[in-house]
Amino acid sequence: MNNWFKSGSPWVWLSAGGVSISLISVLGLLWLIASRGLSYFWPAQIHQFDMVDEHGKNNTVIGEIYDRESIPTSQLAHLNLDLDPTKDSIERLLIKTGNRELVSLDFRWILVPQVKEQTQPEDVVVVERRTNGNFYGFVEDIILDGKSVGIEKMPELVARVSEFQEEIEELQKVDIGAINYQIERTRLKERKHKLDETLTPELQLEFKNKVAGLRADYEVLEQALMGLRKKISRDQIVMRAMDGQKVTINFENVLKISFNNKLSLIGKIQMFFGQIAAFIVDDPREANTEGGVFPAIFGTVLMVLLMTVIVSPLGVVAAIYLHEYAGNNALTKLLRIAVINLAGVPSIVYGVFGLGFFVYMVGGSLDQLFYAETLPSPTFGTPGVMWSAITLAILTLPVVIVSTEEGLSRIPSAMRHGSLALGATKAETLWRIILPIASPAIMTGIILAIARAAGEVAPLMLVGVVKMAPNLPLDGNFPFLHLDRKFMHLGFHIYDVGFQSPNVEAARPLVYATALLLVSIIVTLNMTAVSIRNRLREKYRMLEH
Amino acid sequence: MISVTPKNLSEQNVKLDLNNLSPEQVALEIKNLDLYYGNKQALQNISMSIPKGQVTAFIGPSGCGKSTLLRCINRMNDLVDSCKIEGQINLHGENIYNKHTDVAALRRKVGMVFQRPNPFPKSIYENVVYGLRITGENNRRVLDEAVEKSLRSAALWNEVKDRLHESALGLSGGQQQRLVIARAIAIEPEVLLLDEPTSALDPISTLTIEELINDLKKQFTVVIVTHNMQQAARVSDQTAFMYMGDLIEYSDTNTLFTTPMKKKTEDYITGRYG
Repeated sequence: MNNWFKSGSPWVWLSAGGVSISLISVLGLLWLIASRGLSYFWPAQIHQFDMVDEHGKNNTVIGEIYDRESIPTSQLAHLNLDLDPTKDSIERLLIKTGNRELVSLDFRWILVPQVKEQTQPEDVVVVERRTNGNFYGFVEDIILDGKSVGIEKMPELVARVSEFQEEIEELQKVDIGAINYQIERTRLKERKHKLDETLTPELQLEFKNKVAGLRADYEVLEQALMGLRKKISRDQIVMRAMDGQKVTINFENVLKISFNNKLSLIGKIQMFFGQIAAFIVDDPREANTEGGVFPAIFGTVLMVLLMTVIVSPLGVVAAIYLHEYAGNNALTKLLRIAVINLAGVPSIVYGVFGLGFFVYMVGGSLDQLFYAETLPSPTFGTPGVMWSAITLAILTLPVVIVSTEEGLSRIPSAMRHGSLALGATKAETLWRIILPIASPAIMTGIILAIARAAGEVAPLMLVGVVKMAPNLPLDGNFPFLHLDRKFMHLGFHIYDVGFQSPNVEAARPLVYATALLLVSIIVTLNMTAVSIRNRLREKYRMLEH
Repeated sequence: MISVTPKNLSEQNVKLDLNNLSPEQVALEIKNLDLYYGNKQALQNISMSIPKGQVTAFIGPSGCGKSTLLRCINRMNDLVDSCKIEGQINLHGENIYNKHTDVAALRRKVGMVFQRPNPFPKSIYENVVYGLRITGENNRRVLDEAVEKSLRSAALWNEVKDRLHESALGLSGGQQQRLVIARAIAIEPEVLLLDEPTSALDPISTLTIEELINDLKKQFTVVIVTHNMQQAARVSDQTAFMYMGDLIEYSDTNTLFTTPMKKKTEDYITGRYG
């Protein structure tokens, strides 16, 4: 035993154990969110349960099985059920039944002993809708241009409707959006002239004509939109729900109709990837509980990139000053300690600072100086993507400074001396020799900064993130990148969907799916930075003397 | 007394009188130089003239101040915060410790090669042209010419001409040291300072470098610090022996090694301490 201790094996076991625990927890986490998140996209089988309840009434439930659990029979004693007395627990299923216009809740629990028959009817369909969630049931009739045409016309209808939908979306978002934007800009220009007291009658007339022209364009587009809406509203689908009620669904409300139970494996796989793609590229619907998360992905990535662009030069320059120019005295040491301690400040404090200093003070002053025409509605004096990026840049600054300084101090003095001895000044040496050699260390700092910033939510809630942003911060309207806009963020989206939505049960898989996406995005950003760093490392690898 | 055969001396026609050099013969003149690291005096009242176009060696035991003195000549000691220097070093009759001296320009005139090869992590080509690029030279033709000329002067051209754009870090230690010499002479300095240039190298590389030093003195004034006495005897024309921050004896190499004037010099070169 003593020998075993002396051999060092316990140490090996202990350290290997530490590594395994870390590995298992990381893989476990990934497995959990991946399995839960991805199952959200898999087209589920739709079951029909024919049930007899405790009063002997017959009842049919159609829906997807969401969850199953077993509960002790003692808990159900008050229901006076006719249960098998030999078992002390029974199983119950959580069924997503949808059909929100008929039942107020999307979900219901059913007790397995009450199920008389469970089938998977071939012709049951799921209708994914723009509002009111899914509808489960059977297709009764199709109405095309106000005439009943029968079920066989369905594929034609689906194709026609999706075409109209695309047209409507294009009109709404791009064309009408651009006109609204221009009208607003013209109004602001006029206001600016008024404030500067340079508004001549000619100018006023010009603005007036311009707005009138734009309004005319708007009217035309509006008419086109109404026309499309009208066309589409004449197409309807009549459905029979699980309890036999007939429901008419307007086709403009329909996103997708699928016969889940008829799908082959390949069909299911196709649908699975289709749903993933839709999740990534679509906008959210129904208070974020359905649809995709594209604006949140876009906001997260844009904010992190902006943050990187701000923090990298700032951190590197600060580190260079501390390491190369500041004298090695008490003040420098104090500064260094202060920088390191900044990393320990809770992030919400940065949020408060960002709101108070950047948004209200700096942003408020910017508005008065440059955007007086829009006041009292603020431009930069309100939370936005730029303030978020700057706040997170301040938050991650210590990380970049510390790792850059470490990189600088690891460079052998022979490199500096070699360059100085060739007649280079200190600045030239820094620029041509020191910074390139230190670049892998700088990249390490940036990687850590990205990792920290991408996962940060708390400060963002104060300085720019919103539940639902009407526009992306980047669009086709000049100046294209709108730094003053509010944005959506995956981290906040998770919080919002998981804990603030009216339909928590439905949102749970969405939370996992969004978490998986957030993790993949951070990993992607990090891997990109790591691969850049590795290339730099290879390039500036110092030979071991 | 060790036997040395200073081959240089046989080639030398005129023996210089180091105490009475004419101004044209002097490359550098050190006058009453004192150097302090904090409170500790590292060099005491050094005065000497280093003749043009010759190889001057500084020898002495470790810590005697020979490297410190060498670093004074291109003001590398400026980089040491606690270092204080009094006295003069004249280059072309002008004190390099003047307030107005452009240190970068001085270092272009007085090049330096360090103990360990320190090529930059760039290509061989970029290493050689580094000093030229600093001066703003970006003409491809000029740079190409300078690279070939310097590498030829440093006896490295034939070994690297096919891989000029590969990393300099892939060269052997001896090649790296010659590359560093090529880098130093690419900007055509007047004086070349070599700080124990072969102490990190194997015997064969050492021999190559020593032969190279012999060629270099045709174009440059070379000052070399070494603690290898045989090397000093082999490559130098003049030798200065330093001990504890003092310049003990300074004369032509042959005299110093065969008939030293001072007891301390004799003790050192016969290996009684050091």
